[in-house]
Amino acid sequence: MKTIAIASGKGGTGKTTLSTNLSALWAEKRHVTLLDLDVEEPNSGLFLNGTLVKQEIIEKFIPVWNPDVCQLCGKCQEVCEFNAVMKLGTDIMVFPELCHGCYACSDLCPNSALPMAARPMGELSHYRIGKLDFIEGRLAVGEEQAVPAIKKVKEYQKQELPDADLVIMDSPPGTSCPVIEAVKDVDFVILITEPTPFGLHDLKLAVETVRGLEKEMAVVINRDGIGDDGVESYCLEEGIRIPARIPQDRGMAKTYSKGKLIYPSHPAMKEELIRLIDFLEAL
Amino acid sequence: MKILFTAKGTTWDDQMDPRFGRADYLLVFDEKGEELTVVDNREQSEQEHGAGPRTAQKVVDVKPDVVITGNGPGGNASRALEAATLEMYVGAGGMSIKEAYEAFKAGKLAKA
Amino acid sequence: MKEIVVLSGKGGTGKTSLTASFALLAGSSAVIADCDVDASDMHLLLAPEVEQEEMFYSGKEAVIDSDACISCNRCLEVCHFDAVETDGTLYEINPVNCEGCSYCERVCPVDAITMKPSLAGDWYVSKIRSGARMVHARLGIGAENSGKLVARVKNEAKDIASRDSKALVLVDGSPGIGCPVVSSLSGADYIVIVTEPTVSGLHDLKRLRELIVKFRLPSGCIINKADLNTGYCDEIVKFLEHEEMDMLGTLPYDERITAAMVQGKSILEEPYSDSETAGKIREIWKKIQFKFGLNGE
Repeated sequence: MKTIAIASGKGGTGKTTLSTNLSALWAEKRHVTLLDLDVEEPNSGLFLNGTLVKQEIIEKFIPVWNPDVCQLCGKCQEVCEFNAVMKLGTDIMVFPELCHGCYACSDLCPNSALPMAARPMGELSHYRIGKLDFIEGRLAVGEEQAVPAIKKVKEYQKQELPDADLVIMDSPPGTSCPVIEAVKDVDFVILITEPTPFGLHDLKLAVETVRGLEKEMAVVINRDGIGDDGVESYCLEEGIRIPARIPQDRGMAKTYSKGKLIYPSHPAMKEELIRLIDFLEAL
Repeated sequence: MKILFTAKGTTWDDQMDPRFGRADYLLVFDEKGEELTVVDNREQSEQEHGAGPRTAQKVVDVKPDVVITGNGPGGNASRALEAATLEMYVGAGGMSIKEAYEAFKAGKLAKA
Repeated sequence: MKEIVVLSGKGGTGKTSLTASFALLAGSSAVIADCDVDASDMHLLLAPEVEQEEMFYSGKEAVIDSDACISCNRCLEVCHFDAVETDGTLYEINPVNCEGCSYCERVCPVDAITMKPSLAGDWYVSKIRSGARMVHARLGIGAENSGKLVARVKNEAKDIASRDSKALVLVDGSPGIGCPVVSSLSGADYIVIVTEPTVSGLHDLKRLRELIVKFRLPSGCIINKADLNTGYCDEIVKFLEHEEMDMLGTLPYDERITAAMVQGKSILEEPYSDSETAGKIREIWKKIQFKFGLNGE
């Protein structure tokens, strides 16, 4: 089994464009599983139209107060590091958005007055298009923690599609903990960026992150030609391979804007994707 | 009547703090004894999350009859305040504590 | 003092480039807050000279004293974040997974675990080339972007504005809809959303709008790369009307914005300052200024 994450430091560099086009093209030859882990803004589904296989609520576990057995000792508030449980007068209040689900208050309550219960925080959708299985995680608006939702999507794939031999993960942008969660268990990371000062600056942060996780990586340049050769020089210096360079093309941008896959009508894109597939197959 | 103000300073001439959860100080005026006490709330501005509920807890402990503030508490703090019986008045942001008190007495503040 | 926050929902719409342009137009009447702390880029256009640098601690990290540890496995049993790693005898905390909940520390029978403050990043106060002050930050790799660093950057910017009697705090917000965005929003007088006329742009605009409605904040929208897809442009305009959001303006898909960025400049500067796009950006800023009675330079 091969697992590949598609990530970037900067947002808007083309992660979703690459994940969806790469997955769809590769699925013409072999079975592919695509996970959209950008749970705050999952966009892959806009470009892939499949049949719904399953839809599930993503739940997190938070404590629920049982006043009948509570002695108002305040131990729960004492052990909560996140201000998610508070004793206010004669009530114990739980603030679900602040809860990290550590179970400390629940387990350490001397009267078992805070049993953990499931609470919806988002939705998981599983679609199938030919040889492509596409699973999306979507965080409910107002929920603040992406990590539990990302974990859930990964778990779902392992349970429902345990024989998947190629898994591609569209990661969230940036370098903070949702990205770490998305990327930490994969075999290989593709970092996609644009050849500009913003793209280079954020690429360096992303490279540092991926190195911190001791993962192998390569860089794909998107919108090649719009900026300068800073990214090329940097990758050369650092010994990072660039298996594909997608050219800047207003026509491609227009196709993207309509929510369509790009490679079917843009041979230049297809060429670069084939190059990338060959590179990844050889790993 | 006991009145609590969210404040940026510790005296009558200081400005009201329009925020609730991260208000710098909570000034408590007991009309009976004409006493003004100060609760330092500045640690709340350091909180990642939960500043609202924490401040609400302090408010609940003081047991005021009325709370006067600027913007009004956010979602979590509002919930936390349900534990207390008090009336909240908003719209005093930009006033001094003294002005806020006078506006309240004159019925010029909106009840939240 | 007014606080204007620029958001995008989706990344890559041009939020940072535009905010930098607005910062230059506002001149020294504003204090700038770069709250896009996970990969912040605005400094690449504003050439900040750092005057003050502070370390930023957020949350806690567990540390196991291996000498005191008796390998009882209790910490591993209670940890819900897979942060305890062991080969059977040696127990270690994986700081990447540790959420700082302190549960393990509380249950360790021999007090071998301590919670230490977690260094999450750094923040800076700088002077930028317009003469204004900018507060910006760098979140550490893998740190939790809980919104606390965003809050710190904003609060510092507000304090400076208060102290120096500045009329405006201009905030470059975070992408997405999670807690850094919520943190960027709180206390704002107005939200400017930069979007693009694409399926993704509209999708993310709607999600962001849902979040803003919860906070009852007035907002307006700039459609960047508007000529990319007139159909979607129209759809966005319709959406804005329906939601009673201001339509602040449209900008064409102009490669000169990138060309300027490569030179560390904004499109408002030579040799692009006479371009149609630069003119439109100035118009949009004037609209925003007028709305809030800001004078700027």
